[in-house]
Parts: sequence; C-alpha cells; structure tokens
Amino acid sequence: MSLNRARVLDVDPLLDDPKTRIVVCCGSGGVGKTTTAAALGLRAAERGRKVVVLTIDPARRLAQSMGIDSLDNTPRRVKGIEGDGELHAMMLDMKRTFDEIVEAHADPERAATILNNPFYQSLSAGFAGTQEYMAMEKLGQLRARDEWDLIVVDTPPSRSALDFLDAPKRLGSFLDGRLIRLLTAPAKLGGRAGMKFLNVGMSMMTGTLGKLLGGQLLKDVQTFVAAMDTTFGGFRTRADATYKLLQAPGTSFLVVAAPERDALREAAYFVERLAAEDMPFAGLVLNRVHGSGAAQLSAERALAAAEDLDSAAAENLDEARIVDQGDGKAGLRNSPDTYDSSESPASETPAPDGSDEGSPAATDRIAVTDEHQTATTDEDRTAATDTDRTVEQLTSGLLRLHAERMQLLSREQRTRDRFAALHPEVAVAEVAALPGDVHDLAGLRDIGDRLAANRPELPETTLEPGA
Amino acid sequence: MSRLQVVSGKGGTGKTTVAAALALALATEGKRTLLVEVEGRQGIAQLFETEALPYEERKIAVAPGGGEVYALAIDPELALLDYLQMFYKLGGAGRALKKLGAIDFATTVAPGLRDVLLTGKACEAVRRKDKSGRFAYDYVVMDAPPTGRITRFLNVNDEVAGLAKIGPIHNQAQAVMRVLKSPETAVHLVTLLEEMPVQETADGIAELRAAKLPVGRIIVNMVRPALLDDTDLELTTAVPRTAIAKSLSAAGLGGARRGGLAERLVDPLLQQAEEYAERHTLEREQRAVLTEQDLPLHELPLLADGMDLAGLYELAAELRTQGIS
Repeated sequence: MSLNRARVLDVDPLLDDPKTRIVVCCGSGGVGKTTTAAALGLRAAERGRKVVVLTIDPARRLAQSMGIDSLDNTPRRVKGIEGDGELHAMMLDMKRTFDEIVEAHADPERAATILNNPFYQSLSAGFAGTQEYMAMEKLGQLRARDEWDLIVVDTPPSRSALDFLDAPKRLGSFLDGRLIRLLTAPAKLGGRAGMKFLNVGMSMMTGTLGKLLGGQLLKDVQTFVAAMDTTFGGFRTRADATYKLLQAPGTSFLVVAAPERDALREAAYFVERLAAEDMPFAGLVLNRVHGSGAAQLSAERALAAAEDLDSAAAENLDEARIVDQGDGKAGLRNSPDTYDSSESPASETPAPDGSDEGSPAATDRIAVTDEHQTATTDEDRTAATDTDRTVEQLTSGLLRLHAERMQLLSREQRTRDRFAALHPEVAVAEVAALPGDVHDLAGLRDIGDRLAANRPELPETTLEPGA
Repeated sequence: MSRLQVVSGKGGTGKTTVAAALALALATEGKRTLLVEVEGRQGIAQLFETEALPYEERKIAVAPGGGEVYALAIDPELALLDYLQMFYKLGGAGRALKKLGAIDFATTVAPGLRDVLLTGKACEAVRRKDKSGRFAYDYVVMDAPPTGRITRFLNVNDEVAGLAKIGPIHNQAQAVMRVLKSPETAVHLVTLLEEMPVQETADGIAELRAAKLPVGRIIVNMVRPALLDDTDLELTTAVPRTAIAKSLSAAGLGGARRGGLAERLVDPLLQQAEEYAERHTLEREQRAVLTEQDLPLHELPLLADGMDLAGLYELAAELRTQGIS
C-alpha cells in the first residue's frame, strides 16, 4: 500500500448535495473529460437530481447515446434515465450562442449590422478563444434560467481551457482600454473630423493599424466595434457575473486527467491555476487507471516464467506426454507452492497465504492427488496430450501479457505518486480503465459506478507489486 | 520530401513526441531541422529535458550522424512585435501599441491574427536562407494544434486574406497560404488505435482535403505489442483452466491444485486476456478505418518505460527505419 496515498475524492456526496449547483470539468485533451462530465451528470440524475450537461465537442457516438447529436443549442431531455431525476444534455453551438447575445443586446437594426459584419463573422465562427467565452456565456444563461438543480459543464479541450477564467478580465481590460476608444473614435465622431481631438500618438496608431490591416479591414473592425459598443456593456456585466458564479460556493471544479506524465502535468497546471483564481476546486478525477487481479505476480517474475516455458516448450512436450500417461505423476512437475523469496517477500507473502508457504511440499502432495483424480474424470486428460505444447505457448503469452500490464501499472503508480507528492492536498477519485470506448448510457453508468467506487477493479493492496 | 512538416493529432495521442522524433529523424546525416512549438505548452523543453524555451531558435539536440535539431517556441505577442519590426521598422510604435492594449487585442481577441502570426513565423523559417543562399533549415517540423482545429489553423490566412482585401497583411497572408498549400508542406496526423482519435483523424483528413491542404501520413502512436495471436485468443476459451494452472506451475509459479498459487493466477490472467481480446478487436476495426484513408500508415510502439529522451531517439530511429525521412 502506498504510504503517500492521496486523499480520496468522494463524488456521491458532492453530486447529492443540493448546494452543489455547478460542476465544471476541466483538463487537457484526450483524458476523457466529456465522458466524465456525461457520467457525472447521469449519476446525479439517477440519484434524483434534475441535471443538465453542457458538452463542448462530444464524440459522435457519445452524443448520439444522449440524443444530442443534432446541434441546436438547446438542452434536450435524455431518455432512459432510471429513477426520479432528469438528465438534459446539450452541445454548445458557438456561433449561435454569440449571435444570440448580440440579438439580446442590440436593437434589430444594429444587430443586423453586427451579424453581417465580416469581422464579426470570422470572430464568431470559432477562432481560438471564442469557444471558451461562449461556453461560459452558455453556462451563465443556463444558471440564470434556474430550471436545473445541477449543471455539469465540459470545457474546451485545450491548454487554453482555463482561458475562460481570463475572459471577463480580458474583455474588461479591452473595453476599458484606450484601443477601443481609438477604434470607435472615428466612427463615433464622424470620420476624420474627430481625429483632431485625439492626440498625435493616437492618430499615428490608427495610421499604423490602417497600414497594417488595410483600410477596408480597419473600417470593418471599426464598424463592428462601434456597433458592438452599446452591447459591450451587457457583455461585460455578464462576463463578470459568470466569473463570480464560478467562484461562488455552489460551484465545484473537477480536474480530469489520466495517469500519464503529460496529462498529470497539465492537471497540476490546472490545479495551481484554479487556486490562483480562488476557484472552488473539489478534486482530481483520474481516468483509465489500470489494475490487475494477479498483481502479486511481478512483471519480472512473469517474464522469467514465460521464458522458461518458451525455452522448455519442446522438451516439455515429450515429457508432458510421458508424465500424463504415467499414473498420477503429473504432480512431479508441479513446483513448490512458493515464489522465489528474493523477488519481493513483502508483497508476495501476505498473511492469508501463510499456510501455503508453511509446508509447501506437504500441501502440494495432497493437492496432486486431488488434482489427478479430477483430471482423469474431465476433459483435461485429452486436452493435455494434444494441446500441451500450445497450452505452454498460450500460458507464456498470458504471462507476457501480464508482464506488460504490470509494467503499465507501476508506471501509472509512479506518475500518480509524483503528483500526490507535489499536491498532497488534492483529493483524487480513480476510475478503473475500460477495455473499450463508451457510447451508451450503460457505459456511462458503469463509468459513474467506477468513479464512485473510486478505485481500480482491485483492492489497493495489489497496487504495489513487488516494488 | 516536403520541407514544412506539420504534425497534428487529437489531444493525448502524443503529437509533440512524434513531432520531436520526426525532427530528430529528419536531422540525421548532417541535416539541420527546426522544431516549432505554437501552443505555449513548453512540451518540447520537457521532452528534451531542457529548461523552458525562450522565443529564440536554439539548438536542443544533436542527431545521430551529426545533424542538429533547433527548437523555437513561438510567442504570438513577440512574433507580432518581431513582424512589425521586420516589415515596418516599427520598434517604438510596437511598444506604444503594446501599451494601448493593441498587441493583446491582436493576439487574443482579434480573430485569427494569432494563428496568422504562428503560421507566418513557421513559413518564414521555411523560406529563410543564409548568406550563401542555402536554406537555413533543411526541414521545419511544427508541433501544431490538435486535429479538431488544424484545418482552421492552417487556413486562417485564407480567411484573413479575405477579410483584409488589400494591404500588407493581405499580401503576407497570401504568401503564407502559397507555402501551406504547396507540396512544400505535408500535414501528418497522429492517432491512437482507439475509436475517438481515429474518428477525429478521419474527419480531420476530410477537412484538410476539402481545404486543399496537403495531407501527409498517418502515424499511429503507442501501439501495444501483439502478445497473443488469434489462435491464442481462441485457445483461452477452449483450454481447460487446469491445463493452464499446470503449465504455470511447471514454470515455477506455485501449485496447480485448487487454491494453489498458480491456480489462483489462472482467472486473473484469463480476465486480462479477455480484455486484450476486446481491445484487439477494436484495434483491428480502427486500423481498417485508417487503411481506408489511403495514406501512408506508420506505427510507433508504446515504450514500456514511458517517454524519455532515450525513448525519443528510439522513436526517431523507428521513423527512419520506416522510411519516413
């Protein structure tokens, strides 16, 4: 058992608490963030809450499983939920969200000017950053409707995923900045006549910008900014409100990662960043953690055994035949029921095995008799002669597969330990790896169970194999 | 062989690793490559185990045979000032722009300008020549944004050229597009043999092709070794458990009788084989999807000890063996 075992993140109390109104899942790309958000949403709903999940860019089949593959920017109720709760899900439509804000804040004529502006069209169609703003805007909208007990939000899959934290500030400094006055000035003051009220530096700037951007683009930008001017106030208020909402006690941030070096490094960045912004951070969800039911067998030992089997395969074939034909002598080939003690005495001689280890020879002999008796009565006997060679090869393969698994396990363990050492304060929920992808509610439910069970499929004593 | 090698891939597929290995592979035999990072993650520095990269081309590795790998982490803000200085001799005005918040605006809020600067800088390095008229770098390898964003990222100059219909930005944007859409460029996609990354790769290829951007190769990363073949997998269901227990016991792993150490290994080992079989089937399906793309397909092994500098050289050697450089 690890000494520096991380604190445990218990997701059920978090999901059940009526005071929890927003859960934000963030993390780098490819760690199963969207799946985690969906699984949390489903679990909360099936535990009786009325939930909406806001996803950014779900994999097609995951979206289909929740019935949100049509992108219409409105939450749809997900069918097939067990229990009294409700699950709604929606996929963010960036452009539409942006358009809606413009329409909500400008009179129809002005809105039309903005929506037709080429500069606006590029901006809203999703350059880096727009997605972050719009995700938070949508979150604010959903929260304002107050129709749901709990909103689970997925964040855009990039390092800049936390840019949404900057969005209000950036927007604010931009709106307060002299640049916007500079950009809006000519349009507001009726063209060049207005320029004389600006200082020389400023006119040089517009000159420079004009030179740089080309006169027509500068004009587009100016028209856009001028038209947006009245709506900007609204933008800013909303951005500020969303920022405060994120900091409020009803919000919890979960950082999602996989037990890999890069993903956990990104996770550490998120954890530090959230702390710096005073955001309510609940803990780390560690996806795809591997376990093994045979963790008592180390990789080295498994590989050595596999090699024994391979190299001895040919001669063993003959020997095996002879032995199996002989009466009850199969047992001679059994090795004593104990592992090489130099391997890892601590983990491989746990107390319950004491009886085995105590008198290997005696127990083995008894076992051999048993075994032989059963062997003669079942299919083992025929199988042995025909497939013994193959069985040995198969067993060798199984052992190599196990060795690979154990190497993976110890690599994951090292990575986790490093993270835990650096961030001992972070509570962690581990999710056991699935062999395949998730694309239905049953799969999401399974992930939710694994999240709540908070460990790989096996007890944690098995996590430290012969280290 | 294209001189600008763009490496994209879904998050978590190891595109930075593959880009770095490719830069190393292309540098062997006395060549000089530039590895460019555009997302400010400092992934290259971490991979090469050096301190954070400044906005400066700096030698970070020597390839087998005497080649050199340089690295550059492009900072959009500095790139813009650089650009202003280069084209307009606007040193002082650049600083004033920065004070005004224009640089911040340009690199964060203004649509696409950030991407224009990033691609522009990479293309500049591709075209740069030294005094003797030789290219400064034989190859430029870009650790590009993820698959979901790559087409838009590379195509941003088209969009900008459409927005700024005249002027230096327009000209610059067009010059960049000429490089990106020519055979000088190849866009490679890194994936894993999993459903989501493969789907995204297929979508990404379709988008790149629609935008007339040159798609290069598919690189499947972190391929797990094939430890059991189909016969083995069939046998796992056919062979009696007792036979496996005996075999384990013969290999010195304890008693094969019920409750013996070897016997108790059988179930977990078969369970792992079952999971392997499930994954194996999924991987085969995904490989088939990738094969349909009709592009050169490469596979890089999963490194058992995790990724480190030695592993990077191993992957570079593998890429060379597979004739990618």
